[in-house]
Amino acid sequence: MDKRLIPTLMATAITFSVAAQAATTVTIGTVNNGDMIRMQELSGEFEKTHPDIQLDWVVLEENVLRQRLTTDIATKGGQFDLMTIGLYETGIWGDRGWLTPIENLPDSYDLGDILPSVREGLSVQGKLYALPFYAESSMTYYRADLFEEAGLEMPEQPTWEQMREFAKVLHKPGQEQYGMCLRGKAGWGENMALVTTLANAFGARWFDEQWRPEFSGSEWRNALTFYVDLLGNYGPPGASSNGFNENLALFNSGKCALWVDATVAGSFVTDTSQSQVADKVGFALAPKQVTEKGAGWLWSWALAVPATSDAKEAALAFATWATSKEYAALVEQKYGITAIPPGTRLSTYDNEAYMTAAPFAESTLKSLKRADPNDSTLKPSPYTGIQLVSIPEFQSIATQVGKMVAGALAGQMTVEQSLKQSQSLTEREMKRARYIK
Amino acid sequence: MMTLKQSRRLQTLLLGTLAWLVALIIFFPIFWMLLTSFKTEIDAFASPPQLFFTPTLENYAEIDQRSDYFHYAWNSVVVSFGSTFLGMLLAVSAAYSMAFFETKRTKNTLLWMLSTKMLPPVGVLVPIYLLFKDFGLLDTRLGLVIIYTLINLPIMVWMMYTYFKEIPKDILEAARLDGASAAQEIYRVLLPICKGGLASTILLSLILSWNEAFWSLNLTASSAAPLTALVASYSSPEGLFWAKLSAVSTLACAPILVFGWVSQKQLVRGLSFGAVK
Amino acid sequence: MAISKTETGVGKVRRPGKSRIGLAMVSPSVVVLLVWMAVPLAMTLYFSLIRYNLLYPGDNEFVGLENFHFFLTDAGFAAGAWNTLVLVLSVLVISVVSGVLIAVLVDTPFFGRGLVRVMLISPFFIMPTVSALVWKNLILHPVSGVLAAIWRFFGAEPIDWFTTYPMEAIIMIVAWQWIPFAVLLLMTAIQSLDQEQKDAARLDGAGPLAIFWYITLPHLARPIAVVVMIETIFLLSIFAEIFTTTGGGPGYETTNLAFLIYSQALLQFDVGMASAGGLIAVVIANIAAFILVRMIGKTLTDKA
Repeated sequence: MDKRLIPTLMATAITFSVAAQAATTVTIGTVNNGDMIRMQELSGEFEKTHPDIQLDWVVLEENVLRQRLTTDIATKGGQFDLMTIGLYETGIWGDRGWLTPIENLPDSYDLGDILPSVREGLSVQGKLYALPFYAESSMTYYRADLFEEAGLEMPEQPTWEQMREFAKVLHKPGQEQYGMCLRGKAGWGENMALVTTLANAFGARWFDEQWRPEFSGSEWRNALTFYVDLLGNYGPPGASSNGFNENLALFNSGKCALWVDATVAGSFVTDTSQSQVADKVGFALAPKQVTEKGAGWLWSWALAVPATSDAKEAALAFATWATSKEYAALVEQKYGITAIPPGTRLSTYDNEAYMTAAPFAESTLKSLKRADPNDSTLKPSPYTGIQLVSIPEFQSIATQVGKMVAGALAGQMTVEQSLKQSQSLTEREMKRARYIK
Repeated sequence: MMTLKQSRRLQTLLLGTLAWLVALIIFFPIFWMLLTSFKTEIDAFASPPQLFFTPTLENYAEIDQRSDYFHYAWNSVVVSFGSTFLGMLLAVSAAYSMAFFETKRTKNTLLWMLSTKMLPPVGVLVPIYLLFKDFGLLDTRLGLVIIYTLINLPIMVWMMYTYFKEIPKDILEAARLDGASAAQEIYRVLLPICKGGLASTILLSLILSWNEAFWSLNLTASSAAPLTALVASYSSPEGLFWAKLSAVSTLACAPILVFGWVSQKQLVRGLSFGAVK
Repeated sequence: MAISKTETGVGKVRRPGKSRIGLAMVSPSVVVLLVWMAVPLAMTLYFSLIRYNLLYPGDNEFVGLENFHFFLTDAGFAAGAWNTLVLVLSVLVISVVSGVLIAVLVDTPFFGRGLVRVMLISPFFIMPTVSALVWKNLILHPVSGVLAAIWRFFGAEPIDWFTTYPMEAIIMIVAWQWIPFAVLLLMTAIQSLDQEQKDAARLDGAGPLAIFWYITLPHLARPIAVVVMIETIFLLSIFAEIFTTTGGGPGYETTNLAFLIYSQALLQFDVGMASAGGLIAVVIANIAAFILVRMIGKTLTDKA
């Protein structure tokens, strides 16, 4: 037997075991939205430049992911090294010390380039806890061709009353053209996101300064009556179970004249491969009514490293890469300039080429700049958040209220009844959570 | 007037047509899902729904590009077959004893077994998660095999018990007279008779494990994730997804569907008491 | 060998070693299930009596029955309990009746029977979440669904299922998934029906209906009982279909107990209340099982 065989075998074995030890696995939990899927597809580039890091993906729908991640982080399960979380969780989890604060970023990352409102939303007491992947607000989409035909003009920021007038003119159910499409499906992140911004515009707020809910007040009554009337009379059938996706499909197949929803829809409605009205869309800010405050919401999906992770450095390296300017350039190269993750960096919007190629960019930027989670209601409120309230109980409360709102929309109960139920259930929950006596 | 033979044939024809009609109606949603998997996203949501369209393989291509199907499929196979095998071992012996050594406690034991399934999984998520975490079973195939065996065991015991009850005791008596041990009794005599029941119990357990979408999502991350996780990753993202979802669901249930088709012959093999007597 | 068959079971007159074997064979399953049931149950019991929210760690004081009280006085509890009952009973009736009829239908051989059988069982192979999504968006959707197109073809206004008939829609989806289960079990059971018995009856002049009523149905009594028991257990905690389609709404129309636990407790990570809700669901399930056993229990353990 060759004398060199055994040492060679040993050397090979050692090399392999060392190499195996050196490879750090980073388990990433993320949402299955388009931008994240692209991140997953491009992650091969990262793995090429970081051969000692291996990425494992867990991709789920938003609500399922949130539950999965929260269960894991709260029980210190340690299953994930990098989590995709929203504004909502970052504040709550950062506060409890469950996330690793983001520090010592390289200068080339240019933290100052991140939109201030987004950066603030992801920080707790000045410390940043997650790197923003993309951010969104809400805005108005309308069919420019239908407007022209009917001789209507859309102002930069319409009022909800104006929107109703427009919807009335353009509502032609016989031709499968519905005046106004809005979210109606029950859920804290579904219909309540939209309804809360509508309520904000009508001067309402979720809680007064003593954390008592305000559903019995006149502002909420006006807002909800308006919403039910608008969507019930000038909306598509099945509105009370239409969420973002259903409305997107309706708008893209030309059935909605007006739509108020997330700014990220901008890239979907102008994409010829999935929209039949790609070149006919106009954009405006989300509607105001008695106030401009809280008219458009603020949400961001960000990458955070849990404190229980055993691969913190590697995870942070990937998160830095995925939210960097270089990554944006990579996306542009492979998928086109309009696919750049929106809403996080000012430099994206300083880019002339981007602004020209993406007709939705201008309104998106305007909406994002106006969105201030610390000042979202006409009357002062004890909470942060525009379309949400940054307390852990909010998910459950708002989902239940969302069901009442959907019930009113479906004609199952009157607006009065729905408000009454919302008030009593919210009070009950707040008492249980010991916010109020 | 028709002859007996003619009226029998007419009857068979009518029954057959009715059966086909019912089957097609029941199968229709799956057929539609299959059809949708070959449509573009715009076509998938088109109104009126399109029966004729230009088919495309882009959905399947994207799935192939985006995810490692075989990783998930393999996990599904290991977990389903593993838990079914383990479960059948336990279930057959339990059902044998309950069917042929019946005591006053048998009925209560059966009911108690079923009652272990009464806690809704949503209510017991955190305790189980904590248990799995402490035993290091999170994101392992073993963990899933264990939990699936446990949740399917009552069903398997019940079903095998039912099939065993159909067998007259004389058959086993005959075997015992020939000096067979209990194990031989089961293996050589009992199971061959119950082929149909055995096959349907195995099939049922496989399907339940294959499609189980609560624990498989909550207790795994990436290593042990079965096909249900793959399907979940295509479900309800922002944007149009029905064509892709149809495609991934077709891929996810294809293996088990094929297995079911192959084994349905076993399912319907007649029990010929004549042969035994 | 003359072994007297007693009523209570043959165990008593067995040779001494055999009953021990019987015990030995059933023990592994029993022990395993005992541990499986005991540990999570104990934890659940403990959690239900304390204040335990995942997002407020360390705040775990003993609060007695407060969690139970809160869950039971929820505005949606009565609706939740009622909807659970409605869902379980409707799907049971639909699936068992259809199951029996279909099993009988495919009993006689005809052209392509194998294919028909696979088609009949196929809905059970699909993941519940996917079934719900396919039904919701591709079939029941009032704008672009298949049913809407059919309605419009006949000149009628398409039904907005999830707004006007949400519970019916859910029952439809769930029944569609469980009819194949009943068909599978009953189809297999019918195979064991003695052909000679049927032929004898026919020779005696019995018509097909009489054969069905007096021979087939009694033979299927035990499998039907099994189908009912198993389906009940599964139907009591239906969750995925509701979560994917209606989210429990509109109002509380389609909220069942499992969904109530989810929206009331799990969504805010209140483990204490989720545990309390789970235990309440167990109590209700036990009541249901008790009633069921009263009704069909005898059939289960009767001699063949």
